[in-house]
Amino acid sequence: MQFDPSDYPLGTRRPDLVATPGGMPLHEVTLEAGRAGRLGADDMRATPDTLRLQAEVARAAGRTQLAENLERAAELALVPDDLLLEAYTALRPGRATASELEEWAVRLEGFEAAKTAAFVREAAAVYEERGLLAHG
Amino acid sequence: MGSRRFASRATRDLQLEQLVSPYPELGLVAANGPNDPAPELVVENGEVTRMDGRDAADFDVIDRFVVAHGLDLEVAVEAMALDDLAIARMLVDIGVPRAELVRLSRGLTPAKLACVIGLLDPVELMLAMRKLRSRRAPGNQAHVTNLKESPALLAADAAEAARRGFAEMETTVGVARYAPLNAIALLVGSQTGRPGAMTQCAVEERRNLELAIRGLVTYAETLSVYGTEPVFVDGDDTPWSKAFLGAAYASRGVKVRFTSGTGSEALMGYAQGMSMLYLEARCLAVVRAAGSQGVQNGSISCVALALSVPGGTRAILGENVLAAWLDLEVASGNDAIASHSEIRKTAKLMGQFLPGTDFVTSGYSVMPRHDNTFGGGNFDSDDLDEWLTIQRDWQVDAGIEPVPEDELLHVRERAARAVQSVFAGLGLPAISDDEVAVATSGYDAREMPDRDRAADVEAADELLARGVSGLDVALALDAAGFQDVAEAVLGMQRQRVSADYLQTAAIIDPGGLVRSAVNDPNEYAGPGTGYRLEGERWELLQDLPHVVAPADILGDLAGAEHVVVERGWASRGDDPSEVVVAVGPAFAAALRRTIADLDHRAVLDAVCEGIRESGGRPRIVRIARVADVAFIAHDGARLSGSGVAIGLQSKGTAVIQRADLQPLDNLELFGMSPLYTLESYRAMGRNAAGYALGQRVGPVPTQLDNFARAKLIVRTTLLHARETQAIVPGAAPVELELSAAPVT
Repeated sequence: MQFDPSDYPLGTRRPDLVATPGGMPLHEVTLEAGRAGRLGADDMRATPDTLRLQAEVARAAGRTQLAENLERAAELALVPDDLLLEAYTALRPGRATASELEEWAVRLEGFEAAKTAAFVREAAAVYEERGLLAHG
Repeated sequence: MGSRRFASRATRDLQLEQLVSPYPELGLVAANGPNDPAPELVVENGEVTRMDGRDAADFDVIDRFVVAHGLDLEVAVEAMALDDLAIARMLVDIGVPRAELVRLSRGLTPAKLACVIGLLDPVELMLAMRKLRSRRAPGNQAHVTNLKESPALLAADAAEAARRGFAEMETTVGVARYAPLNAIALLVGSQTGRPGAMTQCAVEERRNLELAIRGLVTYAETLSVYGTEPVFVDGDDTPWSKAFLGAAYASRGVKVRFTSGTGSEALMGYAQGMSMLYLEARCLAVVRAAGSQGVQNGSISCVALALSVPGGTRAILGENVLAAWLDLEVASGNDAIASHSEIRKTAKLMGQFLPGTDFVTSGYSVMPRHDNTFGGGNFDSDDLDEWLTIQRDWQVDAGIEPVPEDELLHVRERAARAVQSVFAGLGLPAISDDEVAVATSGYDAREMPDRDRAADVEAADELLARGVSGLDVALALDAAGFQDVAEAVLGMQRQRVSADYLQTAAIIDPGGLVRSAVNDPNEYAGPGTGYRLEGERWELLQDLPHVVAPADILGDLAGAEHVVVERGWASRGDDPSEVVVAVGPAFAAALRRTIADLDHRAVLDAVCEGIRESGGRPRIVRIARVADVAFIAHDGARLSGSGVAIGLQSKGTAVIQRADLQPLDNLELFGMSPLYTLESYRAMGRNAAGYALGQRVGPVPTQLDNFARAKLIVRTTLLHARETQAIVPGAAPVELELSAAPVT
């Protein structure tokens, strides 16, 4: 199960490393499984682990920022859809106060999204200085 | 009184657009603006205290984001110390690897990046693009929309786009609630045309993310960024919110590309006096810092504004190159209408077309412009043959493949049928057989039967409420007997699970293999390296539907009846009224018609009649030793009792010659053979006899068609080749007699 970034693309070269959120190995994701009702729509997406492997691939290729983005994506994979969109809205200019953004950071930490939480706190500090916070 | 030539030019399409002189205060300057800051980076104790003319305390939200995420301070000291010109030369030096340039870019400020790009001329920019593009092979993206949001037509057009080789296709909505239906039509159509083609539906972010979560789309490029803080905020975002959104999309398995482009800040009123290229450098610094794998840039919707100022076209290519230099995938514009002038539009395109970008257009309209609801259609379905021909002319792969008409009709029909069955399977309002038929072979949506739009949007809402997903689409296709399309749609779902297409410049080949800058990088290092259009791919891109084999142009003349009979060697005549009609080696033999499609027998009859009308006596001979009309005529003149002859080549070129003139001199030359009628040949005969009999002769009036050469040069070449093939070296002239066979 040793992973090397040169194993990219995972889907063709290392399908053994890839599974659905429900734990089904990639090679079992087939039309037949779909017909038999063994697949759900929620199975058809990347897991945090897979996204972290992709982050490693990006980092090995020298793409630091893309890797960081994929690490944030790995964290956000566990955040429910509605919350995700609400958090995005809070980060838009003039939407949230400093304390509301801090609440979002804490909420994200609850999903073990430490990097994204730090990202939100960093935004809050900049918004404060640039007048981009909501006037609470 | 003005010049009538100026007046004529004033009616050209170009004059529909406005060109302006630079106005830097409003941002109406393409590059190297007078107010652009000098490149600058001051780092104290590991902190950036000054960048590009601003102290840290004055950094706006863009500066702060770039400093926090976009600058590698370890590289910066080295990179910022390099001379602008030295870096510019490295960009075009095939001895300096792309990787080294990408490394240096990590330490350069936006002002430095803009300054360096500003030093390159157009050809240097193209070479730099050739070298810096991230993926090995260029690609292209299609726009697929129609005014009626007809699902059958969307599916048929998506299938055609995929079959033509577009790696990505983008649709949008006229009515927002249509989004899931359009996304499904595009997904089904694309996978019918070619498995692996990626799709997106450009709608508002929340809706877009919902489509992504359901596996109905695989990429998004709606994330716009801007180069000044006021415009960024007017766009209702900050670099942090956009970066968050980018990660959110990636978390749902969506390939994300940001969008930026010159001119947007000026258009939105806050360019802050800076040049378009400098502001774009700031955008691109944000895009990389946000961790986007790529960008759609090249002025996009503001292209006409960039083209209104001097150097606009160069600046647009400059921003594409800059994006590639920052190691971003580039979808390089050419989608919004750049100019009313076909010449100017195509000239602008060459900057991206010739070096090749990851996506030469960020939306080639595969349907007629009328149906392009993006406000795009810079190049559309009516331009396809031109695009394919220009690829063939330059031996360049700009991402579109020729496909025979019958194959396209088949794949369009199949896609329309497939989406018809998916609508039936998912309980959506039925797609009629009539819709399928018109979508297959019609021109645009005006011909499509009207649908019950209220029923469609209700069904779309209900579809989302039911949570219908890409998996359901695959199962509906499977149940309806479209196994291969079902497999392809499921294949796209598998791709979401492995997430390989989140890497830079990823596209998916028909076998399901993801090709990105990671496993298929551009390693161009000069002639003989990198992606080159050759082998099978070059054969494919040469073989256009309107190409014919040379041998098929003239056809086979075997079996045609003889129109002349040979009567032995010709000798010199002594009748002073005699005019020789000297024909070439293949005339009325291997060839039977002129380039103007006149029968040789009829031509001979006309010339002879004309000679008789002026009182002359025609005599026909064949000169088989040469194919050049001047020598044919001169040989004839030397046999003529009057010393005057008409020479006739098989393609219809004629000359009136006299024995005492030099072979390449003449009395009258008739070189516009495509324009001649039988009356022209009669007039030539009259004049020839007139010269023979010492009459006063006015030259035969001639016409000029300067397009005749372009149109007929291939035919001319082939006709002349047959004439030269019929040459018998050293052959003596032969007397000819018109046979009794009727003229056809």
